[in-house]
Amino acid sequence: MQNNSPVFYLIPLLPLIGFLINGLGRRILSKTAIALVGSGVVLGSFLLSLLVFFQVKSGSTFNPHYFTIFSVDYLTVPFAFKIDPLSSLFLLIITGVGFLIHVYSAAYMHHEDQPHYGRYFSYLNLFVFFMLLLVLGSNFVVLFIGWEGVGLCSYLLIGYWFKNQDYTRAANKAFIMNRIGDVAFLVALFWMITKFHSVTFSDVLSIPNINAKLKPVDITIITLLLFIGATGKSAQIPLYTWLPDAMAGPTPVSALIHAATMVTAGIYMVARCSFLYNMAPVTQQIVASVGIVTALTAATIALKQFDIKKVLAYSTVSQLGFMFLALGSGAYVAAVFHVMTHAFFKALLFLGSGSVIHAMGGEQDIRNMGGLKQKLKITWFTFLTGCIAIAGIPPLSGFFSKDAILLGAYLNDPLLYGLALIGAMLTAFYMFRLLFITFHGEFRGTEHQKHHLHESPPAMTIPLIILAVLSAVGGWIGIPSALMHGGDRITGFLEPSVVTLKTHHLSHSKEYLLMALSSGVALISVFVAGLFYRNYKPAEVRGFGKVLENKWYVDEFYDKLIVRPLDRLALWLKQFTEPKLIDGFINGIGKSVQWSSRTIRYLQSGQTGSYILLMVISMVVLLAIQFFVKK
Amino acid sequence: MYSVLLILIPLLGGVVSFFIKSERSARINSLFTSLLSLGVVLAGLLFYREDKYWIHDGAWLSVFNSSFSLKADGLSKIFILLNALAYVLLFVSGWKVTYHNINRFYGLFLLTQAGMTGTFLAYDALLFYFFWELALIPMYFLCSQWGGPRRISVTLKFFIYTFAGSVLMLVSILYLYSKTSGMSFSFQEFADTRLQPARQIWLFWLFFIGLAIKMPVFPLHTWQPDTYEQSPYPGTAVLSAVMAKMGLFGLLRWLFHVLPIASFQWADFITPLALSGAIYASLLAFRQDDLKRFAAYSSMAHMGLLCAASFAQNLMGFQGVMLQAFNHGINILGLWIIVEIIERKTGTRKMSELGGLSQKAPALSVFLMVIALANIALPLTNSFPGEFLMISGIFTTLSKYNVWFTVLAGLGIILGAVYMLNMIRKVFFGEEKESVFAVTDISWNEKTALGIIVGIILVLGVYPQLLLQETSATAGAINEKFEIVRKAVLEQLLK
Repeated sequence: MQNNSPVFYLIPLLPLIGFLINGLGRRILSKTAIALVGSGVVLGSFLLSLLVFFQVKSGSTFNPHYFTIFSVDYLTVPFAFKIDPLSSLFLLIITGVGFLIHVYSAAYMHHEDQPHYGRYFSYLNLFVFFMLLLVLGSNFVVLFIGWEGVGLCSYLLIGYWFKNQDYTRAANKAFIMNRIGDVAFLVALFWMITKFHSVTFSDVLSIPNINAKLKPVDITIITLLLFIGATGKSAQIPLYTWLPDAMAGPTPVSALIHAATMVTAGIYMVARCSFLYNMAPVTQQIVASVGIVTALTAATIALKQFDIKKVLAYSTVSQLGFMFLALGSGAYVAAVFHVMTHAFFKALLFLGSGSVIHAMGGEQDIRNMGGLKQKLKITWFTFLTGCIAIAGIPPLSGFFSKDAILLGAYLNDPLLYGLALIGAMLTAFYMFRLLFITFHGEFRGTEHQKHHLHESPPAMTIPLIILAVLSAVGGWIGIPSALMHGGDRITGFLEPSVVTLKTHHLSHSKEYLLMALSSGVALISVFVAGLFYRNYKPAEVRGFGKVLENKWYVDEFYDKLIVRPLDRLALWLKQFTEPKLIDGFINGIGKSVQWSSRTIRYLQSGQTGSYILLMVISMVVLLAIQFFVKK
Repeated sequence: MYSVLLILIPLLGGVVSFFIKSERSARINSLFTSLLSLGVVLAGLLFYREDKYWIHDGAWLSVFNSSFSLKADGLSKIFILLNALAYVLLFVSGWKVTYHNINRFYGLFLLTQAGMTGTFLAYDALLFYFFWELALIPMYFLCSQWGGPRRISVTLKFFIYTFAGSVLMLVSILYLYSKTSGMSFSFQEFADTRLQPARQIWLFWLFFIGLAIKMPVFPLHTWQPDTYEQSPYPGTAVLSAVMAKMGLFGLLRWLFHVLPIASFQWADFITPLALSGAIYASLLAFRQDDLKRFAAYSSMAHMGLLCAASFAQNLMGFQGVMLQAFNHGINILGLWIIVEIIERKTGTRKMSELGGLSQKAPALSVFLMVIALANIALPLTNSFPGEFLMISGIFTTLSKYNVWFTVLAGLGIILGAVYMLNMIRKVFFGEEKESVFAVTDISWNEKTALGIIVGIILVLGVYPQLLLQETSATAGAINEKFEIVRKAVLEQLLK
């Protein structure tokens, strides 16, 4: 395969074509045609990505170059791609999981009216397009195009049901919070431009170049600014509150945002910049700390949520925190590995929750569910698989990736490891709490809902089954070498793309101990959750639980600290500064001119006598001035 | 000769319009005139690229050593293109809108085009001033005769305000004239005049205030929201899309070439002023209920950024400004066309009375979405490369406050998204309100005009180099002027 092979540009182009066909033809095309086009183009991209993946696996990398976006002074920004192990792996995740979500959507959204059905699929395709652009770009500008593009698509999809103003508000919130991060990202780019005169990865991410052109403080600032960008996109403290609100969109969209696209962008970007981050120890510490704090905060919130999607949303925030912990600890491969396994089980869990919501006729409150296991066998079983995977119980995928993260944290700082272990414990607990309340015990919904309960159609259950299989076995590409010699294939694969400085200095026996500890903690959590929630009876949340149920009041805090003061400032500017102060000043000038002309008018009385008098006075004044101002 | 033609076509078309009786003929005359202008501009850009076509030297007021001297550089060319495009798009989108005495309305309207084209071409200071006023005067009549209920007082303010600015500019032009070696108004003589830095300062301020009122730059803007609100739509659209650029053009072609030292010295003062003005305008835009005032403040916010990036005074900034000036013109034009359609269809332009429009007019809302996203500089729309280069220019300026300037600009970017998405939410989303019950989607002529705008937005978003290559020489020339200044200042510091 050559650099100029059409395969590379077809990968993002196909979803773009799908977007155009479905977007422009949403009134003409039948629903079947829309679904076929929408899913077909992503399938096409997936097959091409597979092709590319195997090429990359055999050791080749590609740098296709298409045209110059702009070239000014010393800065030339080409539209070019970089295809290496890291991007090829992301291509597979995006198109593979993305395709399953498209298929699922075809059934899930079938009750939508035809033009909206087309609109939905066109947005979905656009989302995949931008995400592909993001991971394919060979420079930060192309990456940024995708970066803001996915922000746009999340805005469009969160506000998909645009009649509801709460949803459109949530959409705005997502866009604006992302934008705050994006501005930091842009400033990082400008910083790079002044130092490197380039934004291309091969110039910026090369150790000799970094050493020659950057001072340590520059590296710290650039990496920190990029990380702020990542906190927006990947929902970390302080910019995470948009993600739980993003639940306003249709459920498959949540699966797309949380699993295959968007939130993984921040992880991708930091992993891509591993060269830079390795040289910024201060930033690394901050990344790891923000990661673990976010992981714990979100996990505690998830303990007390009753909306099935909200639990999963906070779980995503928490899992992303784990990934940043890994990135900050220099365990880039572990982070990317977890992105992959997380994509499988989180897509599975979201689609599973969609199946539940579908069966319950739109109900999302788990207090009104319970006992669904009997009627929704496939959904239950696949959901259970997802829960085991995310809880980190061997030998499912989550165990291996989470273990890699914990190991990385341990090598970085045992304290981080301890906190991460608590996080893992909480994860297993809230996930099984969700499982037990939803699927076990007595049914607590209305009679009508009980009558209506049914398993979802095959277009929805087949993606669930595929994802369940992937969640189960997907981790086997990263079996630690302590357990199986040569089992850790993902590290070898990603090695050319990401550079890990810290090497393992851990004896096998210690590694076994860590693994046993984490799986033991997870199993205990599951057991305790079973004790508490197997026969759940709705009860009022009291005491500290109330704080958790209200998400630590962070939204209220932001509202008081930023949103409302800004709103009031704007009102004050509108009511006082603009009309009274600035315009008042200008009008004042106008009025004083009018006043003085009115006054001066009296001088022109038309009487010769007064004119002569005035003339004499003026002459006296002039003479006096002459007299005093002598050269 | 070519450049004379560019002024002559709208001038004649405008004059002819006054003598046309039937409404239909007046429309056809205007559309024909504007299409002819656009055709000539495009032919010039594509086929007659050599300088000899774009330069004209004729006799005029030879008593004062002022000649009818025209010259188009890259900046003039893209502004003339924007100007010609704007009129075509406005005539097409307004094909079905009537005004009383439409022949006179369109006649005056075309005269403003002639005036602005002249301003962008003039290579003689007196001629520049002449065209500057020629563009303004028909605009006063448009606002005062076809405007909204408060038109009389608002136009008076507009007139006095902008006229005061023009006079300040004239004073500094006359002073400069007296200082040229051969007592001449020619551009070259002006640019070659060496003035003491101390003397440059007050001249600079006189000239700059004249230009700043036009753009407008905070705090000299209070004529603008009122005028935009009360003027008839085509007038408002041209005011913000093209006429505001006259101020920017004066800055880049005249002020920077003639008074570079003072411009350099005051950059650290004007940049934060313009940027905070942009933030100020964004906050006000967020709180407006009237769509016209909303668009007015949005336009002002963008002009603030354009002004600030001009004062970055480096190649990146200049290129960004030139690209973005064109883009802003196109985007704000699209916004005005849409606001006009909304008011015509619903009878209101208050956001609080609107809502749910996207269900009734899906095509309109798609156009609005793209134009709004272009306004907030989303990648793959035209404003992204423009703003990227501008802020990159601001960041790479030599000023020691560059990081703070960038932070201010970044705040502006965030607030831009806040007010724009808020407007979309209120007007297009939500449940349908009473005012939109009877609304139908847009017609073919409106689709054509908006379609062209969206096309330009996307093409320049993906391939901005198209315009950048047109302006690179002009931007380079201004930058060179500042290179010399910077070198001199640096030497002085080293002494």
